[in-house]
Amino acid sequence: MSVLVYIEHADGKVKKTSLEAVSFASALAAQTGEGEVVAIALGTVDSPELASVGKAGASKVLHADDVRLNDGVIQAHASAVAQAFASVGAKTLVLAKSSLGDAVAARLAIKLSAGMVSNVVELPKTSGGYLVKRSIYTGKAFAESEITTENKILAVKKNAVDLKTDGAGASVEKLSVALSDSDFASKITSTERATGEVLLPEADIVVSGGRGMKGPENWGMIEDLARVLGAATGCSKPVSDIGWRPHHEHVGQTGVKVAPSLYIAIGISGAIQHLAGVNSSKCIVVINKDPEAPFFKAADYGIVGDAFEVVPKLTEALKAEL
Amino acid sequence: MKILVCITHVPDTTSKIQFTADNTKFDTTGVQFIIGPYDDYALARAVELRDQTGGTLTALNVGEAETEPTLRKSLAIGADDAIRINSFPKDSFFVAKQIAHYAKEGGYDLILMGRESIDFNGGMVHGMVGELLGMPSFSPVMKLEVEGSTVKMAREIEGGKEYLEAQLPLIAGCQEPIAEWKIPNMRGIMSARTKPLKVVEPVSQETQAEATRFQLPPAKGAVKLVDKDNVSELVKLLKNEAKVL
Ligand SMILES: Cc1cc2nc3c(=O)[nH]c(=O)nc-3n(C[C@H](O)[C@H](O)[C@H](O)COP(=O)(O)OP(=O)(O)OC[C@H]3O[C@@H](n4cnc5c(N)ncnc54)[C@H](O)[C@@H]3O)c2cc1C
Repeated sequence: MSVLVYIEHADGKVKKTSLEAVSFASALAAQTGEGEVVAIALGTVDSPELASVGKAGASKVLHADDVRLNDGVIQAHASAVAQAFASVGAKTLVLAKSSLGDAVAARLAIKLSAGMVSNVVELPKTSGGYLVKRSIYTGKAFAESEITTENKILAVKKNAVDLKTDGAGASVEKLSVALSDSDFASKITSTERATGEVLLPEADIVVSGGRGMKGPENWGMIEDLARVLGAATGCSKPVSDIGWRPHHEHVGQTGVKVAPSLYIAIGISGAIQHLAGVNSSKCIVVINKDPEAPFFKAADYGIVGDAFEVVPKLTEALKAEL
Repeated sequence: MKILVCITHVPDTTSKIQFTADNTKFDTTGVQFIIGPYDDYALARAVELRDQTGGTLTALNVGEAETEPTLRKSLAIGADDAIRINSFPKDSFFVAKQIAHYAKEGGYDLILMGRESIDFNGGMVHGMVGELLGMPSFSPVMKLEVEGSTVKMAREIEGGKEYLEAQLPLIAGCQEPIAEWKIPNMRGIMSARTKPLKVVEPVSQETQAEATRFQLPPAKGAVKLVDKDNVSELVKLLKNEAKVL
């Protein structure tokens, strides 16, 4: 018996959120006695990179290196993971929440007759029943869901467990999966992806700007601050609606939900719909010239002041310190 | 083309989230309910596609009688008829089973819904319905064009988007900027009163992961303000107190 983890990779590297999912699975297996943790990786990626997944707690990585799986074709990924699940005799599948992971896991819930819980924030309670704590109402509350099926799928939210780094190396085994044409009925024709930047949903620090930044020409200071911190940049909804910033940077109720250690909001009023996307942050800093801005109520630290004055100073102060 | 749009009935985004005293149910006192914002995008796009290609647009909700005003609003925005599956939506699997059954019966070419509901944020129903019906499913879809039987889509991925092509029938979980939210006009509101709204019973009671208890996060402490002329103080606090640098 083992716990299976669906891991994703980009630019030749296993995603950090996937390593968190492996860490989660490793703690889960220790708790439930489900044996070893096996990861499944799809598409082209180097074996040494896969072996490093062992540090997060996997003892084995199955690698279905079919080139057709390089694209995240949802149905094909679901078929491949279902075969891996059967081949290791797993009862539990763990994955990190992501654009592809969510879409694949929902299909797997039916394929595997598995009760699924998404946005899992901590290890389940497994003594008598199987109770999973999840974030709901876009971070404003938690629910405990009881999974009643034998097979289970847990889609883990960022920061649900600490990243494990002291595991041994994992063995990497090829897995050949049978895929049919119908698995590839949809075609990915092209992909646009910001490269070389820290990706917002996975970032540990996020610097966001709102309408208070006045215009896209002023984003240089947001980017400078982000660069010093190794942070991703985000924005409020009106900012992406007007086209000052790309849509994938829009944070909030209807945008990306982030869960960084540090969220810095600059010139954002803190409307409840924006807060819904950031309330899982460990620490929130607000810079706003209006002392009455609602964001201050949700902040840990704040500076009342003009962003155009404060942000460059903060960047300099950080440069001096870091 | 026959289009089905699945609608959730959820608390307005400004609602104070509270639970009943025993923490087993959402407390609806004073809460205004709306069409889920993502479903509202799906509905808006569905209305455009129906107008563009002809055909019909059905709105569906799994919910008890109190969700009818939300379904009527979908009719006012432009759906031709509505189906309410008469049950509390117990979990994603339960909801997906109902939708799959009635979607199959209706023979829809395109099934749209929001990428996720804003109450439980599961984001699973579209994929489950897709797998139950053997149709491809895509989410989160931010652009969707129909050309004959080919559907061209853009799906949001971390840090960008992916362009896809697939054939009808299919299912998409939608998000902005797929279309602009539509506000019902007077004529829409008037006609919605007489458009057909069919109530049907659930086809299965099976659940897999029902929420049994709820909890609010601990209250946030007061903000610590730092003087704007002393930003290095903030750096120190982030480093030594919050320990996030
Ligand atoms: C259903 C629904 C869903 C929504 N989803 C989202 C969502 O996902 N994400 C989201 O962000 N919004 C969302 N919104 C919109 C939300 O209600 C707010 O309108 C939006 O967040 C406001 O953006 P903002 O803070 O950038 O702009 P504003 O509210 O205009 O605030 C600008 C702020 O900048 C400050 N400011 C101005 N000049 C300066 C300066 N020189 N220096 C410092 N500060 C300055 C002002 O004091 C003000 O607080 C949603 C709304 C609805 C109805």
